This record gives sequence, structure tokens and C-alpha cells, in this order.
Amino acid sequence: MTTLTALHGNHACALAAIAAGCRFFAGYPITPSSEIAEHLSHAMPKVGGTFVQMEDEIASIAAVIGASLGGLRAMTATSGPGFSLMQENIGYAAMVEAPCVIVDVMRGGPSTGMPTRPAQGDVMQARFGSHGDRPVVALAPASVQEIYTETIRAFDLAERLRTPVTVLYDQVIAQLLESVAVPAPSAVRVRERKWANGASGWEPYAADDDGVPAMARPGDGHRVHTTGLTHAESGFPTQAPPVVDRMMRRLLGKIDVNRALIEKHETLAAEDAEVLIVAYGITARAARRAVTTLRETGVKAGLFRPITLWPFPEAALARLAGRARAVLVPEMNAGQLVLEIQRIVGHTPPVRPLTRIDGEPIAPDEITAAVRELAVHA
Amino acid sequence: MLDATPKTTCDQKAPFDPREWLRLAAMPHFMCPGCGHGIALRALLAAVHDCGIAKDDLAVVCGIGCSGRVGGYIDANTMHTTHGRPLAFATGLKLARPDLTVVVVTGDGDCLAIGGNHLIHAARRNLDITCLMLNNEVYGMTGGQASPTTAATRVTSTTQSGAIEPTFDACALAAAAGAGFVGREVTRQAPALKTLIARALRHKGFAFVEVMSDCTEIYGRKNDLGEAPEMILSQKADMRPEQHRDAPDQPFRPNALPTGVFVERDLPEYGERLRAHAAAIRGEITP
Ligand SMILES: Cc1ncc(C[n+]2csc(CCOP(=O)(O)OP(=O)(O)O)c2C)c(N)n1
Ligand code: SF4
Ligand SMILES: [Mg+2]
Repeated sequence: MTTLTALHGNHACALAAIAAGCRFFAGYPITPSSEIAEHLSHAMPKVGGTFVQMEDEIASIAAVIGASLGGLRAMTATSGPGFSLMQENIGYAAMVEAPCVIVDVMRGGPSTGMPTRPAQGDVMQARFGSHGDRPVVALAPASVQEIYTETIRAFDLAERLRTPVTVLYDQVIAQLLESVAVPAPSAVRVRERKWANGASGWEPYAADDDGVPAMARPGDGHRVHTTGLTHAESGFPTQAPPVVDRMMRRLLGKIDVNRALIEKHETLAAEDAEVLIVAYGITARAARRAVTTLRETGVKAGLFRPITLWPFPEAALARLAGRARAVLVPEMNAGQLVLEIQRIVGHTPPVRPLTRIDGEPIAPDEITAAVRELAVHA
Repeated sequence: MLDATPKTTCDQKAPFDPREWLRLAAMPHFMCPGCGHGIALRALLAAVHDCGIAKDDLAVVCGIGCSGRVGGYIDANTMHTTHGRPLAFATGLKLARPDLTVVVVTGDGDCLAIGGNHLIHAARRNLDITCLMLNNEVYGMTGGQASPTTAATRVTSTTQSGAIEPTFDACALAAAAGAGFVGREVTRQAPALKTLIARALRHKGFAFVEVMSDCTEIYGRKNDLGEAPEMILSQKADMRPEQHRDAPDQPFRPNALPTGVFVERDLPEYGERLRAHAAAIRGEITP
């Protein structure tokens, strides 16, 4: 039975992790994410899971990956500075295909920035923060309810695809109190990791058609070698160009093969929109209000809200943007996702940023004004 | 619930054959002739055998460096992680899987420079992990730069006119940070090294073993320390085993490096504490 309850964003995230079967959390305190760790420090032991506060964020993500390789669903939570520290090991998780969930509650940056103010400045860090090319999945919930559902989906994707998944939201929804429909435990679905079943000829990094290899657990007799060095299907390092090429293309291709599973977006009045707003997270809520106001005054505005930020739902956006006369991308940074939107849309229609970097969320009025301007001039 | 009982054991009474513990398909290994890390590897395998630990229940977590490559040759669950972080990875693995015997193999650079923070916290936390730090006083893998244990005046590729920084005493560091078991041995004393590692494996809690290894190819050559045999023989002039700790100094033989066990004390093991704490929270036991 679904129950309605009022929750803060970070509390919803913690509850969703438990509901998704997460049984290991390692983290390091940082505003505005600490409530997730605080809740889980109480909740984990109750369900037979483990909570550990590590010495820093590098250790936190390392411990999470260690637990994941041990067979558990595992998660950490942080904010920008900690997310930066985790990047090397996030790349490691992608490379060894260790499922894990990283929650990044974005605050004003760069550097220590504004710890208690919201921002959306880690969008590109989530995409490109770790060195080299790697598969990237990042989700951007816009409400406390969605923090709940997207955290569960993050575990589902991480386990299903054997890859790290980032959940990105900002300080506003992290600490917002909203009502959440919490589903019955039986209604929560997280697909089981593909486990090696002892079949002969099995290799730790030989994938099926979905690009995902079955994973062995220590103790199950497979005695696998796990390394961040470029490895062959056997798991052992190689630098043979054809093997490296095959392995890396399979690793990166895992995202493309599974786009339908990963991509998610929502639209509002987008089909006949002359000005299409592309907004995510808390900014999308202001955009939603702006669309309603604009429609009431006869301006054909619409909203495209990516819930999956990476990989960006680009086919869906391209279709709708092709019909618009202008695209507006409001975000709480100096213009990050707008670069991706410009890449997808091209020169026509024009894609314009609306940025705010002063630690205040973007208000509906600002979006309304920018859309009116575009509606006149584009 | 988490179960700390290992599922299998190996027959420790059977004679030790390293080939049974190695991934022969991964041979030949990449280590330079005479490198001390190979002796450490054999000693570790013999110790694991002596303790009756089964391959399937053994997890070897390594950092990055020549020391970090040792794990790949062991026929067990092996993890080659990131530079400096193997103790942090091992912490997650051991908490998730208390049934496994978790051994960390790390280097002096891996463990004391980039990973120094993880060492002191692993020692303080006292999770049941055995940590082998292969100390060759240099960054072997990257071509012989100075490490936190490079002795004064030694020539490395980043101290071309001799090192000037003071060095870390890794054992003193681990002991001060709270490790329940701390010991040091030189690769020259391979049987003693095996015994020391076996004692560390049997110790419940964080056990730190510093293995004095030789980087023959880079460190040895740069410092005119001779070939591998000379280097390993010279360890005799350095070491001062437990039983001779109070003996008078001999001329030309400083014997300034204490070896053997320095700390062996029973402390509450972190994993057990955590599980008991959780059981109390669930109301299964009274705290
Ligand atoms: C983050 C990071 N920094 C630097 C390196 C390069 N690196 C690889 S091994 C190594 C030093 C290894 O020295 P040590 O731990 O003493 O191991 P040894 O090779 O001597 O056994 C360094 C600096 C790296 N791999 N990752
Ligand atoms: S470089 Fe030095 S430490 Fe590395 S394998 Fe060769 S001798 Fe051993
Ligand atoms: Mg070294």
C-alpha cells in the first residue's frame, strides 16, 4: 500500500536507498547532503546494512566500490567539493563495472563556494569529471517525490548496467519539505545484478548483447582479477590495440545500447511550443509556472524537462526543438547544459542561456520575461 | 545479516607449493630480476597456506605501483585499485563481506604518501585487515622517484644530489595510530617474514606488516648498492631482530633497523563492534 508522508529531499533519498535494497553506505559529512548520511546511520543497521563514516570522500567512494565488488548495493552522498574528490574512483567504478550510486547535492561553487545556497554547477562535472572516456549516467530529480523515485531508479540502472549512476539535485529540493507517496516495499523494483552462474567458458568481462557482463562475487569460486588497467574479457590487463578498442567500445556502447532504459524526460505544452524551455531540477519547477503564466497570456511556451541528464534524451528534444522558433535554457550556473542543447539543436532555432550564479534559484518571472523577449525577437 | 564465518578452508598440513597459489597463466611476471617484491609474494602465499585460508575466501586488495601488481599473480579474489586507496577499498569489501580474509598489498609511496590518511584511519578503526607495505624506499613503478621512506643522501630521479627530507617510520606511525598488530621484516629473512605475516593474518583486527624490499633495478643501480645478491646481503647489516634489540652495536654494522613484532594487543575489532551495535539497535541483543 502506498503511504503519503511529508519528507525532506535528503530524507526521501535515504528512505529510497533502503527501499531499493541498498545495504552499504559510506560517506563524509558535507552540507547540503549530510542529512542523507545522518538518516542512513540510523536506518542501515536496522535492515542489516552497514553505515560507515570514512576519513574523506576518496575513501568513501572507494569503500562503496569495495562493498559493491563484495556483492552489495552501495551508495555514497556528497556535494560539489566531495564530488570532485571522488572523480578518480568514479572512473574506476565505470572501468571495473562496479554498480554504485553517488548522490551529489549541488551547492554554490567553485571551491568552497556557498555551502548553504543552491546551484546546478556540477552538470558538466557529472559528465566529464573523471579522466578519459567512460560511460556516464546522471539523473536530475525536480521534487522530493522524484528524489525518491529517481534514487530507486538509480539503483536499478546501476545494478542492471553495472555502472556508477549519479543523482544530481540542488540544495533547495534537498531541504524542501514535500509530501511523498511512498510505495509499498513490494512495489519497488530494482533489477538484480547479472551474476555469473558458473557456466563453463564464462569470462568476467565478456558481455551479452546488452553490453553488460555477468559479475562474479568473491567466494563463489570464480576468483576474478579486478583492475582499472585496460583489461581484456579475462579481466587481465592488455594494451593490444584491437582488444583495447573492442573493450572500450563495448564499455562506452553499453549506454547507447540501453538508451531506452536510461533516458527519461517530461514535457509540458511542448508539442506546439514556439519557445521551448529546457530546464531540470528546481529550475524546471519555475519553468513550469512560467509556461502556465505565458500560455494564459497567449504566448506559446512549452517545457522539456530532462529527468535523465546523461545520456541526454536527445532524439526527443531534437523532435520538439525542430518545431520551435527559439529554445531557452535556464540554469543555476554560468551555462553548462545549454552547451549540450546547442549541440543537439544546432543553429536553428537559436538556443539561448538564462543563467543565475548568485546562489538564488531562478524565479518564474525571470523565465517569463526571457521567453517574452525571445517570442518577440526570434 | 552479515556472516563472518569463512565458508571453506585449505589443507594447511599439505606441503606448500606456490604454484598452487599462483595464476600460472599470468606468468612470466613483470618484476625485475632480484626485486624483493617477489619474495614478499611468496612469503604471503606461504603464510596464507599455513593459516589454512582457502583461495576462494581470500581477497587481496592492492594499490598502484610495482607492489600493487603483486596481487594479479595470486589465484584468489584480487583487486588492483587506485593509487593510495587500497585500504579504503578493502574497508568497504571487508565490511560487506566479513567472511573473507582481506589482505592489502601496498607500497611505501602508495601507503605513506598518497594513502597516508587511509593508513592512519584503518589503524585507528581496527577493522580486520592485514596490510603488507612493501617498502623499497622508492617509487619503483614510476621510474625511481623519492618516496616518504627514501633515506637521506640517497639518489633518486627527483633527488639527484641526494634526498634531504626526513623519512617516515611506518611501524611507529601505524602503532601510534592504534594498530593492534605491527611488525617489520626484511626479505632476506624469508622464513621469518612468512611467520610474521602468518601472525598478522591470525591477529583479529588491523595488522600492519612492513616488508623491507629491494628495488634492485632502479634504486639499487642509482645508489651503487650492487646487484640483487649484494643488496639482499646488506640487509643483514641493517636489521636488528627482536632478540638482539638490546645488544651492543658492532663496529661497521649499525643494525639500526628493528625487525620482528613491535605491537600485539587485543583491541575491539571494528566489524564485530559494528555488527553488535547494529544488533542492539535492532533490539536483538542488549548493548
Ligand atoms: C593518482 C595517481 N598519482 C600518481 C600515479 C603514478 N604512480 C603510479 S605508481 C606510483 C608510485 C608507486 O610507488 P610505491 O607505492 O612505493 O610502489 P613501488 O612501485 O615502489 O612498489 C605513482 C606515483 C598514479 N597511478 N595515480
Ligand atoms: S622497478 Fe624496482 S620495484 Fe619495480 S619491479 Fe623493478 S626492481 Fe622491483
Ligand atoms: Mg616503493
